[in-house]
Amino acid sequence: MNFSEAFKLSSLLCRFSPDGKYLASCVQYRLVVRDVSTLQIRQLYTCLDQIQHIEWSADSLFILCAMYRRGLVQVWSLEQPEWHCKIDEGSAGLVASCWSPDGRHILNTTEFHLRITVWSLCTKSVSYIKYPKACQQGVTFTRDGRYMALAERRDCKDYVSIFVCSDWQLLRHFDTDTQDLAGIEWAPNGCVLAVWDTCLEYKILLYSLDGRLLSAYCAYEWSLGIKSVAWSPSSQFLAVGSYDGKVRLLNHVTWKMITEFGHPAAINNPKIVVYKEAEKGPPLGLGRLSFPPPLPLAAPLSASESKYEIASVPVSLQTLKPATDRANPRMGVGMLAFSADSYFLATRNDNVPNTVWVWDIQKLRLFVVLEQLAPVRSFLWDPQQPRLAICTGGSKVTFRCFLCAGIQVGTPWPSSVRITSVFVSWTPKRGSTQLWNNGTAMRRPWWNPQQGLRVPGLGRTRFPWELSGCHVPAQ
Amino acid sequence: MGDWMTITDPGLSAESKNISQYTSETKMSPSSLYSQQVLCSSIPLSKNVHSFFSAFCTEENIEQSISYLDQELTTFGFPSLYEESKSKDTKRELNIVAVLNCMNELLVLQRKNLLAQENVETKNLKLGSDMDHLQNCYAKLKEQLETSRREMIGLQERDRQLQCKNRNLHQLLKNEKDEVQKLQNIIASRATQYNHDMKRKEREYNKLKERLHQLVMNKKDKKITMDVLNYVGRADGKRGSWRTGKTEARNEDEMYKILLNDYEYRQKQILMENAELKKVLQQMKKEMISLLSPQKKKPRERADDSTGTVISDVEEDAGELTRESMWDLSCETVREQLTNSIRKQWRILKSHVEKLDNQVSKVHLEGFNDEDVISRQDHEQETEKLELEIQQCKEMIKTQQQLLQQQLATACDDDTTSLLRDCYLLEEKERLKEEWSLFKEQKKNFEKERRNFTEAAIRLGLERKAFEEERASWLKQQFLNMTTFDHQNSENVKLFSAFSGSSDRDNLIVHSRTQQKKPHSVSNGSPVCISKLTKSLPASPSTSDFCPTRSCVSEHSSINVLNITPEETTPNQVGRECTNQKWSIASRPGSQEGCYSGCSLTYTNSHVEKDDLP
Repeated sequence: MNFSEAFKLSSLLCRFSPDGKYLASCVQYRLVVRDVSTLQIRQLYTCLDQIQHIEWSADSLFILCAMYRRGLVQVWSLEQPEWHCKIDEGSAGLVASCWSPDGRHILNTTEFHLRITVWSLCTKSVSYIKYPKACQQGVTFTRDGRYMALAERRDCKDYVSIFVCSDWQLLRHFDTDTQDLAGIEWAPNGCVLAVWDTCLEYKILLYSLDGRLLSAYCAYEWSLGIKSVAWSPSSQFLAVGSYDGKVRLLNHVTWKMITEFGHPAAINNPKIVVYKEAEKGPPLGLGRLSFPPPLPLAAPLSASESKYEIASVPVSLQTLKPATDRANPRMGVGMLAFSADSYFLATRNDNVPNTVWVWDIQKLRLFVVLEQLAPVRSFLWDPQQPRLAICTGGSKVTFRCFLCAGIQVGTPWPSSVRITSVFVSWTPKRGSTQLWNNGTAMRRPWWNPQQGLRVPGLGRTRFPWELSGCHVPAQ
Repeated sequence: MGDWMTITDPGLSAESKNISQYTSETKMSPSSLYSQQVLCSSIPLSKNVHSFFSAFCTEENIEQSISYLDQELTTFGFPSLYEESKSKDTKRELNIVAVLNCMNELLVLQRKNLLAQENVETKNLKLGSDMDHLQNCYAKLKEQLETSRREMIGLQERDRQLQCKNRNLHQLLKNEKDEVQKLQNIIASRATQYNHDMKRKEREYNKLKERLHQLVMNKKDKKITMDVLNYVGRADGKRGSWRTGKTEARNEDEMYKILLNDYEYRQKQILMENAELKKVLQQMKKEMISLLSPQKKKPRERADDSTGTVISDVEEDAGELTRESMWDLSCETVREQLTNSIRKQWRILKSHVEKLDNQVSKVHLEGFNDEDVISRQDHEQETEKLELEIQQCKEMIKTQQQLLQQQLATACDDDTTSLLRDCYLLEEKERLKEEWSLFKEQKKNFEKERRNFTEAAIRLGLERKAFEEERASWLKQQFLNMTTFDHQNSENVKLFSAFSGSSDRDNLIVHSRTQQKKPHSVSNGSPVCISKLTKSLPASPSTSDFCPTRSCVSEHSSINVLNITPEETTPNQVGRECTNQKWSIASRPGSQEGCYSGCSLTYTNSHVEKDDLP
């Protein structure tokens, strides 16, 4: 795996454009847009304050830069560098800002979730949406960008409003049978909305686009419930990860459970391949030891490499004993991700933090277990191939890729960077294919020296840190 | 004397006791009373016993004592001590004989009594020991009883304790249940309380929010603005439209369209799946029919009508279905028909398969029962047989190869003859081998016989010598002593000598004659073979080939030597004898007895018999 030189970066703000052509990154109050293929700076914009959040519009024409502390949003156009737009939320404050799927509207959430302001770039119109609920995932757009579902809270009851994104008209408004709604998520086909309750109660509700309740599912009671939810890209399955360490798959016809995947700490089935990451001890001659030892940052890439070894079954995995007397215990399935072709499901059980489980959805059984040396921070499927990128982090971060197509090939790309956290994103479609065809080792992984990580589908994290190194693989 | 006393004393005492018992009614003599008293009182003073006994009869009371004794004895059934008086007046005389008889009888009685006493004592002892044993047993059983009783008590106690425990546990369980109930109640109440509080808080929060909203929004905050250079066009290029009822309706329409599309898509998928499943079902059905119809013919013939009709129905159904090709018709009737027919067929198939399974298992079981033991043996035997066969075949192949090579080596003059010869060769070889072994055995036997014969001959010679010497001496004596019986004796001698002299040889001759026939008949064949062999195998005049001939020859030679009635020789034998004369000659000078080696066992037998004679 090759790396480009390091770029300066602040607050983990670095995004590929949706078309994969550009790369936007922030350095303090400056926004730098680079061409992905050449890594040359294409545009340079200066904002009014330190940028805290950036987002590309869906058509890759505009970039939104949010400065929450000042309640400001600035929008830049890639085509017209002189074009500018500034939105001031005033005394209402700003906690979140995002694009609507059409790339012509900006949704700003004010402080205390008083309202959501929808600013249009086409007309002067401004829409307000009252009573948004402050929750894990309160806003979701359908994949085709037509509809937006919004969780609301009125009179101590949860409601869901469905808006038409073209003119922000309220299409449906219905109350949900939840104690304290925790999240909503559209199915990829845009016809079914999954609504799940807070972790105190295991409840997942499925609503049709027209607001009918299709089904409700409850696996058990009296215990901590749902921790994560993921739709398969084919909309055929809904995977529900819960605090009992199991993933339950619901089907799209009857909305009943097809199967449940347990995450035991010991694997006895000899059919399952368990890959264990192992240190590939670097040649450490005595003569090479220097005193004083070199600074950690001086040689970030000379750290020991690692490889996968096939462990002989039965294997017992490293487990954490969760503190059950504290809130948000480290247990249960906290991360779920379907591969783009819906054939595989990757999960992480939070009390087995070093392990990624890959399940075969066609055969509905465990496929591969990947045990890393360090806790898994995040993983992400390649949008086009059944490939999985895994980031692990401790004092150093390794990034590896695992190919599941046909014969699964453990393809570790060991590389260590002295950073504390990591952010992974695959470049979207076009660019990545090009890069792949060019024969580079892989599509560009992206790492960032910050705490907090972005897990797909869990909303945005803000990154209050200062700059550090950023590696972009060279061609 | 003391011993006797010790033995008799108890007897006496017993007797005296008996006496006392018996005479209790009768009038007692004073002396006896006295004596009894004395006896009773003087048992510890055994010293005086004798003196008291002596004191029983004194000079004065002889008469009395006699009469007393008489009386006593008569009561016991003894004859009177007195002579039978002729008259009543006359004083009765003491009959000494009777006294003695009585004494003797008493003594006998005494002895008997002693014996009985002894028996009784031993019995008593036995009974005592039995008693002891029984007592021991009793004690043991008692102990056992006690222990078991104790155990029972212990078990009862444990049972009680367990029951107690169980009761306690039940109580605990109840308590726990109550506790759980209570806790659940508490949880529920807490939850309601919490929810209530939450609601209250939320309401407050909402109020605050509302207020904040009013404060913030109603101020007409000038700061809340959007500063944009120029508005950009919509992504789809259209102009924004006003919100009207129309747009609402349009949105609804669109939503329903989307939903409808989704449902249509799903329905299509389901239809496709259904069609595929139907196809599979149909195919399955067809295959079932094809599978079942030939198999079911027999049972149908067996007058099992139900299955037959079912099948015919099924076939009809199938025909209908195929004829109408109602794949696309998913109406109830068709579905029912299809599923029903499939079900029926499946049942038939299942029963059939089960039957087959049963049969198979039965066969399996039978096989196990019958041949589990035997089969192994059979198997082993079979393998052995097969191995043997393999060996034979290998040998055969080897010999064939050899022969082939030989044949190739020796320039074959005539194919057919050589082939014929080849045909014979194997057989011949086999036969020769057998003969060879037979001859070897015979040779061994002959050698043994020879040894025996020589020994016997030596012994015979010695005996003969001794006999002749004896005869000579005897004759001498005869001549010297007897002159009158000369004639008779000489005849006897002649006879004897004739017998003794010719006996061996006659026997020999007889036996040899009988014997000679057999070897000849055997050898008649073999030399031919040999000659053939020697002809056919000129290149390999191995010793093994010669050995049988040699033995054969030696036999012949011996026969020739011994021949008293020489046999006519066959022409080919003559030639062979000539060629092998050396062997016979060589065997001859070994010893004179060696000549006899050709003879059979009977020789030695005869000799042995003779050995026994002298």
